[in-house]
Amino acid sequence: MKILVPVKRVVDYNVKVRVKADGSGVDIANAKMSMNPFDEIAVEEAVRLKEAGIASEVIAVSAGISNCQETLRTAMAIGADRAILIETDVELQPLAVAKLLKAICEKEQPQIVLCGKQAIDDDANQTGQMLAALMGWPQATFASKVVVANGKATVTREIDGGHETVEVSLPAVVTTDLRLNEPRYATLPNIMKSKKKPLDIVTPEALGVDVTPRLKTLKMAEPPKRAAGIKVADVAELVNKLKLAGVIA
Amino acid sequence: MSILIIAEHDNASIRPATLNVVSAATKIGGEIHVLVAGGACAAVADQAARIAGVAKVLLADAPHYADQLPENVANLVVMNAANYSHILAPATTAGKNLMPRVAALLDVAQISEIVAVESPDIFVRPIYAGNVLATVQSSDAVKVITVRTTAFEAAGEGEAVTVETIAAAAESGQSKVISRELTQSVRPELAAARVVVSGGRGLGSGENYHALLEPLADKLGAALGASRAAVDAGFVPNDYQVGQTGQIVAPQLYIAVGISGAIQHLAGMKESRVIVAINKDPEASIFQVADFGLVADLFEAVPALTEVL
Ligand SMILES: Cc1cc2nc3c(=O)[nH]c(=O)nc-3n(C[C@H](O)[C@H](O)[C@H](O)COP(=O)(O)OP(=O)(O)OC[C@H]3O[C@@H](n4cnc5c(N)ncnc54)[C@H](O)[C@@H]3O)c2cc1C
Ligand SMILES: Nc1ncnc2c1ncn2[C@@H]1O[C@H](COP(=O)(O)O)[C@@H](O)[C@H]1O
Repeated sequence: MKILVPVKRVVDYNVKVRVKADGSGVDIANAKMSMNPFDEIAVEEAVRLKEAGIASEVIAVSAGISNCQETLRTAMAIGADRAILIETDVELQPLAVAKLLKAICEKEQPQIVLCGKQAIDDDANQTGQMLAALMGWPQATFASKVVVANGKATVTREIDGGHETVEVSLPAVVTTDLRLNEPRYATLPNIMKSKKKPLDIVTPEALGVDVTPRLKTLKMAEPPKRAAGIKVADVAELVNKLKLAGVIA
Repeated sequence: MSILIIAEHDNASIRPATLNVVSAATKIGGEIHVLVAGGACAAVADQAARIAGVAKVLLADAPHYADQLPENVANLVVMNAANYSHILAPATTAGKNLMPRVAALLDVAQISEIVAVESPDIFVRPIYAGNVLATVQSSDAVKVITVRTTAFEAAGEGEAVTVETIAAAAESGQSKVISRELTQSVRPELAAARVVVSGGRGLGSGENYHALLEPLADKLGAALGASRAAVDAGFVPNDYQVGQTGQIVAPQLYIAVGISGAIQHLAGMKESRVIVAINKDPEASIFQVADFGLVADLFEAVPALTEVL
């Protein structure tokens, strides 16, 4: 069984991004870039399924600029077998990514697509669900546990108020939540090995997918800053201030 | 222009999140319909019919909607989408699960977690963990949107409107719910609470979390929340997590105990009206957003605070 893992190159989670002075976008020219953390969790889970003898091959795929090759090499250093870059300079929105992934799914015929639940740059939380819809597959989002057996995936999902377990027939899309696993660190030998693993490059045109954005960003701005607060000396002062602010009786 | 809102409910009662979505829809303008899809959920339709601003309720009552499986509900929404310019749901885990699926089936973009409506086709949404607000314009015929509930008031009660029963779509047969474990709590719902007490790694253990924060929350009638670190460490269940990738809260009062204030955490609580931070590290970033910061050992400060309240 093949597993496809879509991985996105994003601004590292430790970086606090700034908006460009003219509000036209964010200034990330020199920012540290990393694999989206949820996608690292997805790669780890796919590799574990391979190590458990359930998956036969793990394919990482990324859509974006040429530098996404670094992200794909990272996925292969964690243990993905090969990679596909869908190279384009166009700003990609989730629907376009889902259509690109659909084209790859039709070619590669994976049984499971393991996505991150959310890219930490656009905070969209859409692509996996959209891909499932386009393929006519079931979806199990926000996974904190995945068990694959007998042509089915049994997935525990993190939901508001608790968790639930769903069973989906395969093929299916699963999206990862934070508690699914703790991704391993890539070892130096594995980083070296990843450089020799196959990485194919295709284009949206070759896949016959129109990736024109549907949403136009008119403006970006930083949210209003909170007015500076104060330090209180002790609990008594804190309680006084809260009473004055009218938030406690 | 008409707007379809997907109601969130448990087949018995409507979740408050739906009321905030009605307010967002009112800002867009147009006739508002609410779709109640569920199993044996007529009571929910009656509640939806009494939300101020709603013109009609559509009820699809069938066993295969009882668990809100997105494969089934998305097909139903798409089957009924023809006359709507906008389709809205709350940006809860249920809404986030469903709406991208609806959008893809309609071949339109989905707009996630809007916090403001500028015009019927222009919306504001946070990106980069809330560090940036993007104003986006949609050119799609149907706008499929999830709404950040804390950014809109809850709609009030109005005159009951008609409930129209609609036909169910076919069952997909691709998925089923095996079990559901909901955290039982007598406390208010985290996302809608007036006061939230949140604990982080500084509490050290689940026992400490409960021993210190529950009495404080009891005194304040507060909901309990947590940082990711506290959830990862197993102090509390996942649904306590406040932040970029957890729940978004904006209570009147938010008390952060032993939480450092990572941007991912701030993303979930910085719209709170009054923020209190209790942390022993005077340099902790949580103090940058706190209205009232108390530099102290939480093991002394929290019991002292509980005592005097
Ligand atoms: C993809 C991704 C998504 C994330 N999503 C979220 C999210 O949604 N929500 C979230 O919260 N985090 C999220 N995080 C994690 C986030 O980056 C931080 O790691 C996390 O918020 C830290 O939790 P904390 O503040 O409890 O722990 P720490 O950063 O370890 O802080 C503990 C604090 O407790 C204080 N302390 C210790 N002992 C005491 C004492 N005795 N008295 C008083 N103070 C004390 C310390 O001074 C310190 O400031 C995410 C991270 C990633 C990568
Ligand atoms: N450009 C991309 N290339 C590869 N995978 C992507 C891309 N964009 C999104 N994804 C996948 O979709 C998930 C959700 O992203 P989003 O819907 O943008 O929040 C990510 O965690 C990735 O697994």
